[in-house]
Amino acid sequence: MDPRAATSTIASIAPAVRAGKVRAREVADAYLERIAREDAALGCYVRVDAEGARRSADAVDAAVKAGRDPGPLAGVPLGIKDIFCTKGVETTCASKILRGFVPPYESTVTARLAGAGAVSLGKLNMDEFAMGSSNENSAVGTVKNPWSLAHVPGGSSGGSAAAVAASLCVGATGTDTGGSIRQPAALCGVVGIKPTYGRVSRYGVIAFASSLDHPGPFARTVEDTATLLEVMSGLDPLDATSVPQPVGAYAKAARAGREGLNGVRVGVPAEYFAAGMDPEIEAAVRAAHDELARAGAKLVPVSLPHTKYAIATYYLVCTAEASSNLARYDGVKYGARTADPKSLEELYSRTRGEGFGREPKRRIMLGTYVLRSGYYEAYYGKALRARRKIADDFTAAFSQCDVLVTATSPVPAFKFGERMGDPLQMYLADVLTVAPNLAGIPALALPCGFTKAGLPIGLQVMGPPLGEEACFRVAGAYESRTQWHERRPPDVGGAR
Amino acid sequence: MSSGSRIKPEEVREIATLSRLRLSDEEVAALTQDLDSILGYVAELSALDMTGVEPMTHAVPFDCPLRVDEVRPSLPLEEALANAPRREASFFQVPRIVPGPAGGGGEEDL
Repeated sequence: MDPRAATSTIASIAPAVRAGKVRAREVADAYLERIAREDAALGCYVRVDAEGARRSADAVDAAVKAGRDPGPLAGVPLGIKDIFCTKGVETTCASKILRGFVPPYESTVTARLAGAGAVSLGKLNMDEFAMGSSNENSAVGTVKNPWSLAHVPGGSSGGSAAAVAASLCVGATGTDTGGSIRQPAALCGVVGIKPTYGRVSRYGVIAFASSLDHPGPFARTVEDTATLLEVMSGLDPLDATSVPQPVGAYAKAARAGREGLNGVRVGVPAEYFAAGMDPEIEAAVRAAHDELARAGAKLVPVSLPHTKYAIATYYLVCTAEASSNLARYDGVKYGARTADPKSLEELYSRTRGEGFGREPKRRIMLGTYVLRSGYYEAYYGKALRARRKIADDFTAAFSQCDVLVTATSPVPAFKFGERMGDPLQMYLADVLTVAPNLAGIPALALPCGFTKAGLPIGLQVMGPPLGEEACFRVAGAYESRTQWHERRPPDVGGAR
Repeated sequence: MSSGSRIKPEEVREIATLSRLRLSDEEVAALTQDLDSILGYVAELSALDMTGVEPMTHAVPFDCPLRVDEVRPSLPLEEALANAPRREASFFQVPRIVPGPAGGGGEEDL
């Protein structure tokens, strides 16, 4: 069992375990051993749960032996972003303020994955409270990009993307509020999808901006990503925004793409090739459009005229919601608490001043400012109207095409420290990913090349609401005609 | 607008009080600069004509069913309190909020 092998996918592991040809325990041990060797240099995991992983793997093997089917993810080792509450396993959102928090309940996503036979290897690093695009905002250490240790893995699900790229798990969970699945997937050369809002339950996912937060999966192939999303998706009575529509046949759609894209209209929005885009990325995305055309798709020029307002709208909405969501961390019910407060007010303000890192503080402050009486309409009210205009752009575009295909990030992975000095510059790098969160539409990232320096480039495929199958079909078509997903970063075991 | 004119350090302190965040002087200075530049950037939304545009508060394009309103078991008390940094009996413990017979406050008076 070699985690780096081309056959170390859900599509090969799960059927082999289900058929009793490979033991889940053997698979789990191979990954745990690889984590022990490789992860000291990468920093993907904040907590490896070797004991829990072996216990789940043994349960899967026992089920197979007893003639029961453990499910479509039988024995598949996964990493879990540390924003998903896991019963009995510490969950901190990479923040000091949640240090020691052991959830008394399990998120719907992780419960569904376990119910399908998946084996959780542990919790993955991230930007604190999912706020960031480089994983540099983690309070528990940085994550290195497996393709170049001097570069960031992206964020906020940086640990998830890097762990999948480095074969430290077969798949991973992430969350995407403004690009936090797609941007690290692009920077680390793996596949990730942010589904339609409401498609995957947010129950047990620590809230950052509730109207924008989307849980979703990572994997190395389009089909594996589709299989994970099928398991994660579905109506959940514990999430009031969960949608009741039936879950699509995502893996089947991914495979159907291999037969070509005849009749599929691929929209190319001019605004997603704005100034500031790295020329190597633009060239790779244009080449991908040509490849899709060769697969039978028709390229359709479209316009999303309000794209330039997406970042401003996004940072007003997400900070307003964050300031409200993060009010719950007050040193009373769970997590860290300041020493010897003299009053209730001091308990709150000192616990929060000591517990939150720079970025959550910045966003709480901005959110409180824009929601203030007297300022509300000028900032938040205006942002909610701009959000409508941005969503309407997509509705108009999808009357002319089935999917939109763009770059995921305008730049490849950058170096540590390069952008930390100027938060606004860091925010502007999210220009291609925030609009689908505002509109709630599905958007998938997959590898579409490498820069001359050897850093991955990511393509983005967006679909209309509940158009995940169209996204998987187009992504599956592109992947079947290219070899980018077959490359592996070098092993770094022992490197520092 | 020129830099430094949108928000002043006094206002940052006021927002910090509303946010229940104790900040150092250095943090106040850095946040004044950061918020000023971000507020300058988001001001570009003023260029948009919003006449007749309905605010969009969420992105669910479908009706979400409500579950049946019935009593279900909730988290057992011990589990709900297990993460509390300080507790007493079945309560979360906080510093005194009304003056006691001896006045004062702080956790040692609890």
